[in-house]
Amino acid sequence: MTVSLALLIPMAVLYACGVYLLLEKSMTRVILGFLLIGNATNILLLITAGRPGSAPITDGASPEPYSDPLPQALILTAIVITFAVSAFLMALVYRSWRLSREDALEPDAEDLAISKRAGAAAEPLERTQGDTDFDAEESPLEPGAAAADDETAEAGRGGRTS
Amino acid sequence: MISLVPLVVLLPLIGAALALLFSRRPRLQRAITVVALAAVAVIGIVLLVVVDTGETLVMQVGGWPAPFGVSLVVDRLSALMVSISALVLLAVLVFAIGQGLADGDEETPVSIYHPAYLVLAAGVFTAFIAGDLFNLYVGFEILLVASYVLLTLGGTEPRIRAGTTYIVVSLLSSLLFLAAIAMLYASTGTVNIAQLSERIADLPTEVQTLLHVMLLMGFGIKAAVFPLSFWLPDSYPTAPAPVTAVFAGLLTKVGVYAIIRTETILFPSPELNNALLIVALLTMVVGILGAIAQADIKRMLSFTLVSHIGYMVLGVGLGTAAGVAAAIFYTVHHIVVQTTLFLATGLIERRGGTTSIHSLGGLLKASPVVGVLYFIPALNLGGIPPFSGFLGKLGLLEAAAAVGTPLAYTLIGAAVVVSLLTLYPLARTWNLAFWRPRSEVENYESTITVELHDDPWAGTTTATRSLSGLMVGATTAMVCVSVSITLLAGPLYALATRAGTDLQGTERYVTAVLGPAGEAGDR
Repeated sequence: MTVSLALLIPMAVLYACGVYLLLEKSMTRVILGFLLIGNATNILLLITAGRPGSAPITDGASPEPYSDPLPQALILTAIVITFAVSAFLMALVYRSWRLSREDALEPDAEDLAISKRAGAAAEPLERTQGDTDFDAEESPLEPGAAAADDETAEAGRGGRTS
Repeated sequence: MISLVPLVVLLPLIGAALALLFSRRPRLQRAITVVALAAVAVIGIVLLVVVDTGETLVMQVGGWPAPFGVSLVVDRLSALMVSISALVLLAVLVFAIGQGLADGDEETPVSIYHPAYLVLAAGVFTAFIAGDLFNLYVGFEILLVASYVLLTLGGTEPRIRAGTTYIVVSLLSSLLFLAAIAMLYASTGTVNIAQLSERIADLPTEVQTLLHVMLLMGFGIKAAVFPLSFWLPDSYPTAPAPVTAVFAGLLTKVGVYAIIRTETILFPSPELNNALLIVALLTMVVGILGAIAQADIKRMLSFTLVSHIGYMVLGVGLGTAAGVAAAIFYTVHHIVVQTTLFLATGLIERRGGTTSIHSLGGLLKASPVVGVLYFIPALNLGGIPPFSGFLGKLGLLEAAAAVGTPLAYTLIGAAVVVSLLTLYPLARTWNLAFWRPRSEVENYESTITVELHDDPWAGTTTATRSLSGLMVGATTAMVCVSVSITLLAGPLYALATRAGTDLQGTERYVTAVLGPAGEAGDR
């Protein structure tokens, strides 16, 4: 099987950038990362077709000059699925933004509890810098923020039914 | 008979389209959904009876012969999984309809529930009858996309938060699976499972291991196997009770089913079996330790779900026919029991207004029916004789003892301890929510609750509502199914053993799909 470097390098770059973006906290970047990785995987599928050739419309003659059609069919399916899922993800992120006015993913509540407990146990030790990220003050659980969220939710619901 | 095979997928999809068309007529929509799933349940059982005579039904879609077209394959394992899933989906649907009727859902814009539910069913059935790795991927995507919709139903903040985690993790597993398919195609030139099984054996060992690990990681995320399981207890509990029930019962089991197929047909060589056993051990232990720390019943059950996935992986990892048979029986038992427990929790939530054991109490007096409906599956899950949970675990332990390696004996010990530990959170819930008088709930002090914290994302306490007859009826039906699995354990275990024996050696499957060996030679 021959592999074209012109496809291999973009695939590697897309995978690398995609993984980097997927690890970000901001949901918009996560979507972009997902799109990049999805396209990298499509290129990977394309590479599996091997050497390029003419369109595979054959009349029973030798298959030599034609390119392999199966990976292209697989890519088409994968593109459709990726498209649908990214549309849903974007709607989800928009909804999340409407509710909390925040793009970033909330820190996990149990992570907070554990880091607090670890912090209490390891008081004499040096506190790591990371602890400040999980500051309880930023938690959306405080009553004021929750009330505001409910209002936004109500507004959203009203807008949808009308 | 063969024409029944695609109906398993077609009926739910057509039903979904009709349900979407008639979204303004809820009564008709409900009828369509019930009829579609009931029809699939009947077809599933007919298929099971047919394939149990020893015939494997293979449908070459569009009339294209096997390695070129898409094959749909129904053998004993597929038919068993389709039948039991259809029954569970039907019971949960009736529960959901009961809940919707009781809450007066008629005016709210949730008419998307029924179409999404049917699409989910179609995805699950596609995955079970796929004879083509890419078709399996499509099946996974269908059920995942439907599950995204169901999980974020209503779009409240906790559900959006939980849904985001779930979706991003699921996407990652899908892309991993897709990349694995691409690499399998690059190295073998096919995506047909039967043909793959013939060609993978010729690949260099390193390539085999790489492909094997990639597939297992993709399926492991879906099945919630230990290092890849952390998304599950985070995302499942926030969904509505019927949605959580069907997710817990079925979605992870589709992952387990894919792992069983991977281990028996694609990669029958035993090189990763020990790794699977270690992963099973960790899944069991870490899962149950998580369950012990939870105050919320739904979260606690989600952790026991993770823990019990370990038992199924244990059966598969043994690599013997007895092990696979025990894993299949345990999967069937677990689908039913876990769904029943989540439905019972839905009833508890309605009666008590919350699922936190800190604020539940006196339920046995208030609603003895719910008590019985929780108690029986709880004992069953904990593996108390004579229930099917005990029989399934016994089968697994016997299969492990027959293997007899030190690792297998370690797993036997761990499985027994985990089974005992499973009883602890279930019995604690029973004691606090059902036995504790309502008057003692305020200022309750006990060593068993002191370290438990409520899930801050769990829904706030709502007013208690009455139970509808349909909800109790559906849960009762599920309890009856789980008890009848116990009563019919003999024939069912024999069926699971035959299914497990089918999967020993790949010739049976390959011959059924590609035709006799002579013809397959020149492909």
